[in-house]
Amino acid sequence: MAQTSLSHPTAPVSLEAAPALPTKRDALLSLGARCSLPVILLLAVGFVAPLIAIFAYSFAKPRTFEVFRSFTLVNYAEIFNGSNTVWLSFLWSLGFAFATCALLALIAYPIAYGLNRVFGKWSSLVSILFVFPLFVSENVRLYGWVLFFIKNGVLDGTLKMLGFEGGPQILFQPPMILAGMLYVYLPFMLFPMTLGLAMVPRDLIDAARDLGANRWQIWREVELPLAMPGILIGMLLTFVLGIGAVAEAKILGGQSVIVISHDIEIAFTYSQNWPLGSALAVVVTIFIGALTLAVFSRLDLDRLLGRR
Amino acid sequence: MEQEKARTRLFIWLWTAFVVVLLYLPIACGALASFSKGRYFAFPIRAFTSEWWEKTVDSIEIGMIVQTSLLVAALVTVLSVVVAFFGALAFARYDWKGRRLFQKIVILPIFFPQPVLGLALLLWFSAVGVQTSWLTAVFAHLVWIVPVVTLVIAIQVYSFDPSLEEAAFDLGASRWQVMREVTLPILWPGIWSGALFAFLLSWGNFPLSLYTAGADSTVPKWLYSKMVAGYTPMVPALGTMSTLGAASALLLGGLVLWLLRRRAAA
Repeated sequence: MAQTSLSHPTAPVSLEAAPALPTKRDALLSLGARCSLPVILLLAVGFVAPLIAIFAYSFAKPRTFEVFRSFTLVNYAEIFNGSNTVWLSFLWSLGFAFATCALLALIAYPIAYGLNRVFGKWSSLVSILFVFPLFVSENVRLYGWVLFFIKNGVLDGTLKMLGFEGGPQILFQPPMILAGMLYVYLPFMLFPMTLGLAMVPRDLIDAARDLGANRWQIWREVELPLAMPGILIGMLLTFVLGIGAVAEAKILGGQSVIVISHDIEIAFTYSQNWPLGSALAVVVTIFIGALTLAVFSRLDLDRLLGRR
Repeated sequence: MEQEKARTRLFIWLWTAFVVVLLYLPIACGALASFSKGRYFAFPIRAFTSEWWEKTVDSIEIGMIVQTSLLVAALVTVLSVVVAFFGALAFARYDWKGRRLFQKIVILPIFFPQPVLGLALLLWFSAVGVQTSWLTAVFAHLVWIVPVVTLVIAIQVYSFDPSLEEAAFDLGASRWQVMREVTLPILWPGIWSGALFAFLLSWGNFPLSLYTAGADSTVPKWLYSKMVAGYTPMVPALGTMSTLGAASALLLGGLVLWLLRRRAAA
């Protein structure tokens, strides 16, 4: 199949072997490695180094900037101290992230299915409609919801105009934060899921139907397992972004709940306790990193992105 | 069976339409609020006015913020496309020893919460003694946007037939000629989509700009500071303008992409 040979460039052709370039063969780094250098350099300076800095800071004395000059575990002790409310923030974040991930899987599945099978020539337009909000700053979109739900806002005003009591006052409460997260992270579930469902060959479904499988069996035995890599990435992405979410809790939650990223931010800004903030960030980073690596060790990115 | 199928299709259409309406509802609410006459928003709107739009356009402060945002987005676009172009080749085109590992490293920053990344960068800048400004914001945007653009371009690279390059080499073309005459023209649509993503993601980015732009403000950062304290209808007005700007950029970019694809197909 031409498809598989494209998605697995282990095929014989590599520029190193091109006869026109005998001298480059003995170069220090392969061509692929040289091409990767700019990205590697950027991420080393802009991603790895800051994480190391945070790690180093997390061992500094609380409320100081004495990085590398003091070593203490006080910051970690404070986090794991039961009387600290930080673990509550962590639980809230976990809960929100879990709910976001699970509900979005349900919300996005019919749409992802539609993009692959139902919308036909309309699917590019529908995709663009779902991509576009990503380019509008999330605080602008969340603020739109505030205008919708606030007292004398769009919902309240409309209901009053129609002679009702007025809209429910659900703003600035935890369920609203969850709604905001579902709203902001929908595309991050939808698009990996769509890629995943696109990996299910249509004739396989037809074959299963011809062999007498019913719709439920086809879904469970054929469609779901084959689409799993994409669904898994979508779930991981929404879960991880949900753990780090903070704008939803601040704008729609009206600070009724403090999530973990908000705690980190407070430590860095108002309380000027960088070492504590760093320790919190390290805990979050390790959690996210372990989860991400665990999922990615089971996925083949070439197959997911390279189908065509 | 057929009837059941039609019902499923109808359900999928209706559900998608419902979600799309919800997706755009808050954006519409913002637009509505920006045309409302009063200082504070109340619905139904008693009197419409374009006063806030005029004030927003005339404001020198906002003009400067828009300029900063544009400058940041433009720089991020150019730099990220160059870096990500080579990154995408390493990601999808060449077969080399560290490729699998490289793929995972590239993906990692996308899976990292931006507020935490922003704070980590802030701490890192202060540790090495770099004053934060719009330039450091450019750098911060790059850390997150380059991986995204790499993926976008990589998808195009996957559909690229390496034997075309081989053929050009066999015909005696130099590496530079092959790049200019074969590789770039084929990958152009992917590069263009990547550039569009880079520009729009940078334009709308809030969490990274918040912590890494120092005293300089971008449009999302300014909007947030006014939402928290000191609401004026200029907030939804600028928000709506920013949305319209992004929409026109997307339309224009999409048009160019369509032309590129058509030319490639011809």
